[in-house]
Amino acid sequence: MSKITHLGANAVLFDPSRGTFNELMQRRLWGLARRLADLPWVSDAVPGMNNLMVVFEAEQITPPEVIEVVRGFWPEQKPVADTGRRLVAPTVYGGEAGGELAEFARRLNMSPLEVARLHAEPSYSVAAVGAMPGFVYLSGLHPSLAWPRMASPRAAIPAGSVIIGGAQTGVMPVSSPSGWHCIGHTSLALFDLGQDNPALMQPGDTLKFEIVDVRA
Amino acid sequence: MITVLQSGLLNSIQDLGRTRTLRWGVSRSGAMDPLALKLGNMLVGNSLEEAGVEVAIFPFRVRFDGECPFAVTGAATRALLDHTPLPPDWATIARPGQVLTLAPPTRGVFGYICVAGGVDAPIVLGARATDLKSGFGGREGKALAPGHVLELRALPGRGFVPAAGIGLAPTAMSRDSRSEPPELRFIPAAEWDDFEGDGVETFLSSLWKVTRDVNRMGYRLSGPELRPRRTRELLSHGIVPGVIQVPPRGQPIVQMVEANTCGGYAKLGVIIDADLRLLAQMRSGEELKFRPVGWQEAASATRALDRQFVSLRTSLEIMRQRPQ
Repeated sequence: MSKITHLGANAVLFDPSRGTFNELMQRRLWGLARRLADLPWVSDAVPGMNNLMVVFEAEQITPPEVIEVVRGFWPEQKPVADTGRRLVAPTVYGGEAGGELAEFARRLNMSPLEVARLHAEPSYSVAAVGAMPGFVYLSGLHPSLAWPRMASPRAAIPAGSVIIGGAQTGVMPVSSPSGWHCIGHTSLALFDLGQDNPALMQPGDTLKFEIVDVRA
Repeated sequence: MITVLQSGLLNSIQDLGRTRTLRWGVSRSGAMDPLALKLGNMLVGNSLEEAGVEVAIFPFRVRFDGECPFAVTGAATRALLDHTPLPPDWATIARPGQVLTLAPPTRGVFGYICVAGGVDAPIVLGARATDLKSGFGGREGKALAPGHVLELRALPGRGFVPAAGIGLAPTAMSRDSRSEPPELRFIPAAEWDDFEGDGVETFLSSLWKVTRDVNRMGYRLSGPELRPRRTRELLSHGIVPGVIQVPPRGQPIVQMVEANTCGGYAKLGVIIDADLRLLAQMRSGEELKFRPVGWQEAASATRALDRQFVSLRTSLEIMRQRPQ
């Protein structure tokens, strides 16, 4: 049975994951999140990577009741299609803002251009949104670009940084400490308080990086 | 209108924070000690969720540019109105030109200044709270600095705060931990079972010390190393303030109101809201213990606090209407 546990008095974490990220399961979780988000007692249904956090109004429903609802919905939950929204992140690889590209490429035994091309090739799927305002968890990184995160995070890397950490890639939406490797910089703003939906992307969107330049 | 005369990098406008924003990766923010903010608002006749000033760096000094009822709550900050000391948890009326100074507290970490009418700031994603990490809310997303002018949302309501001042007796509300060292209640979370045996035993029987590595994002604790029976690589998942994480080096981190909204470390539990403010007010070097509870106890603790607010408000109302 899928694991569902308490996360404080007004949240539960539903975790059907099997250890490694599974695209199909993620699509079922997007569907579950959308279905739960429509319920009046749900204040946030937030997909993670192959899991889902459900935050609810504790005055309206008890945790055991929430657990029962989630368990009830899951078996019949079909995978849903992506949103059809496609965004492009024009990216300068390397250069001042992507200062670790050369070092990163050297460690992978590639040229900076090869790294940029491999990184800009796939259409990434936005698996989840969170951690920082507008940050997206992208799936689809070429396995040869995976590289462990740094043992300790650097003080701050600037907003717009294109980063790789472990088997994941992303874009820094705000300036913040990070242990991920910074290989480039994009002009695409992921977080805009002027919008009703301040996060530019939502689960199920697709993101493509476009090479503007590759600099040493 | 209030003018900031002296401040520090962590003093900011806060209310009760944001809800329904985790989907965008936006933290709750808001007061680290929401109970203290609510008490301050209650003392000056505001609704409980009005914004006030959270003070973590002392001394903090402001000048009231007009007559203004205000309250100082939270950490035992030794407040001075001009040269007159104010009792803790006290509301009084400042005359135009008077200066309020909050000196370094003798106990606690976060002090709060609430003003009648509430501190004004644009509502960003449903709240006036400053998100210092992400740089929005409050006053342009930044800490208060000398020269900043705080506007009030409404003209100070006359007559709620008596001229002689009004305050809460230390016993007016049961808001401190009943045990020494404080015992923080938590609801066990996903990886609790992974620590079953020695890990759980160590966690529950040990004293945990608040380190110097504490801020609005998280509090690191130190104590004996916690080792799980089994380690699993966790995929990134949503988290909430109060979550007690155990990174590989075995020393717990409690995520606070401005924490990232997703994490990947093992989670032992989540401190209940009624007790998270107790941790927020603990200083480096102070010690605490943990006690596991079920969700029912968390719910009844919340209800008990709500009831106390209702009865306090009634008492204040009665005192206010009594002829002075």
